[in-house]
Amino acid sequence: MSVPKDAGWKDVPKAGRILEPGCAAKYETGGWRTYRPVHVPENCINCLFCWIYCPDMSIQVEDGKFRGIDYRYCKGCGVCAQVCPGKRGNKALTMLLDDEAQGKEGETK
Amino acid sequence: MSIRVAKTGNEAVAEGMRQINPDVVAAYPITPQTEIVQIFSSFVANGKVDTEFVTVESEHSAMSATVGAASAGARAMTATSANGLALMWEIVYIAASMRLPIVMPVVNRALSGPLNIHCDHSDTMGARDSGWIQIFSEDAQEAYDNLLQAVRIAENKKVLLPVMVTMDGFIISHAMEVMHLLEDEKVKQWVGEYVPENPLLDVDNPVTVGPLDLYDWNMEHKRQQAKPVILEVARDYAKLSGREYGLFEEYMLDDAEIAIVVLGSTAGTAKEVVKALRADGVKAGLLKLRVFRPFPACEIARALQGKKAVAVMDRSDSFNAVSGPVFAEVRSAMYGMENAPAIVDYIYGIGGRDVTMDHIKSVYDDLAKIVKTGQVEKNLTYLAIRE
Repeated sequence: MSVPKDAGWKDVPKAGRILEPGCAAKYETGGWRTYRPVHVPENCINCLFCWIYCPDMSIQVEDGKFRGIDYRYCKGCGVCAQVCPGKRGNKALTMLLDDEAQGKEGETK
Repeated sequence: MSIRVAKTGNEAVAEGMRQINPDVVAAYPITPQTEIVQIFSSFVANGKVDTEFVTVESEHSAMSATVGAASAGARAMTATSANGLALMWEIVYIAASMRLPIVMPVVNRALSGPLNIHCDHSDTMGARDSGWIQIFSEDAQEAYDNLLQAVRIAENKKVLLPVMVTMDGFIISHAMEVMHLLEDEKVKQWVGEYVPENPLLDVDNPVTVGPLDLYDWNMEHKRQQAKPVILEVARDYAKLSGREYGLFEEYMLDDAEIAIVVLGSTAGTAKEVVKALRADGVKAGLLKLRVFRPFPACEIARALQGKKAVAVMDRSDSFNAVSGPVFAEVRSAMYGMENAPAIVDYIYGIGGRDVTMDHIKSVYDDLAKIVKTGQVEKNLTYLAIRE
């Protein structure tokens, strides 16, 4: 249950209690992001270090392979890019300013 | 039939706790703890209650454990006094903010230092803005009656706030007096079974309590901590016990020209003075404040309207402020009122300094002088102090 932004003090749950389990999924923390990781497929060896380290489970994996990044929750912390070994010294995840990165890679869900 | 007994305030409140039979009591077992918890622990040891009694290493932990138990859905209580309440400070606010209906007897004693163990109201007054409901008692009977009512007030779905029930240290807590206990079964029925709202232990309906609450909602959640239903509970308690309580008690106040506002045991002394003054033809009256939080501002203003001069008795100081805390509230309540009386403040009884009938009489004499001369010489007086 998300509380509408325009709700008054009489209408919100007492003491800020959260009455719906798992509702953090509705809070899209991607809005906090300044930099976004951008995937460079030719450098990816599918080691999945990014998937292991991502604190927000924003790295999506399918059949043991990197599939995409869930930008709804990715806060742009850069841990994935930091741990990425890449191929021959070239990273498979690079951090770009969010605005500049728009369009370079499509939104993945 | 109620049971007529001789009890100290501590014993009376411990008996009340036994009858309430809370699920959890967490308390620090060493001084400044009072006999309340000591007596209650013997009830636990002797199987008189079903309470889970948690002895903790400090009052900070006592209130923390009580908050945890209440969040889980337990009817949880603790008790403290003086510096013990001060050590609870951080969690006292959290208990109110989390809307947990904890009931806590507080034996009013001075905050040190210099080291002192006797009665004044500095401990409770320090917590007056914490969001707790604060109910003061004149004697052991009232402390017992207020304790039982506090459970119903705190747990009322419209309230869900913690309640402090106070009594003056030693004067009430250690003095034995004749009082009436209700039968165990009647209290059990009247207090009823506690049905918590959104408890943590309701595993079928999981909730998060006490989450991070920043600038986007914290102010709304704080605004929610207001205005309870104390009189509703008092009326229901009168049916049970035959004893009636209001937000405050008016003693010979109706036609009074001069009056004092007082909390706690001093009200008893002051009533004797009022009686004596009335016998001499002086129109003296008294307002004994029972509920300090929420402060009944409009009701007090109405009750004091038309009086010629009023003295507020503060048993704690608010150092370097305009006055003691009770005066500040009472005068604010009357600001802008037509026919407002002259109003003065007396700081008295600090650190257990005895307050006698002569002291109170001198306050009424001062008020009579103000009425006669139309002049207020001093807004703030330290009563019976060595200058």
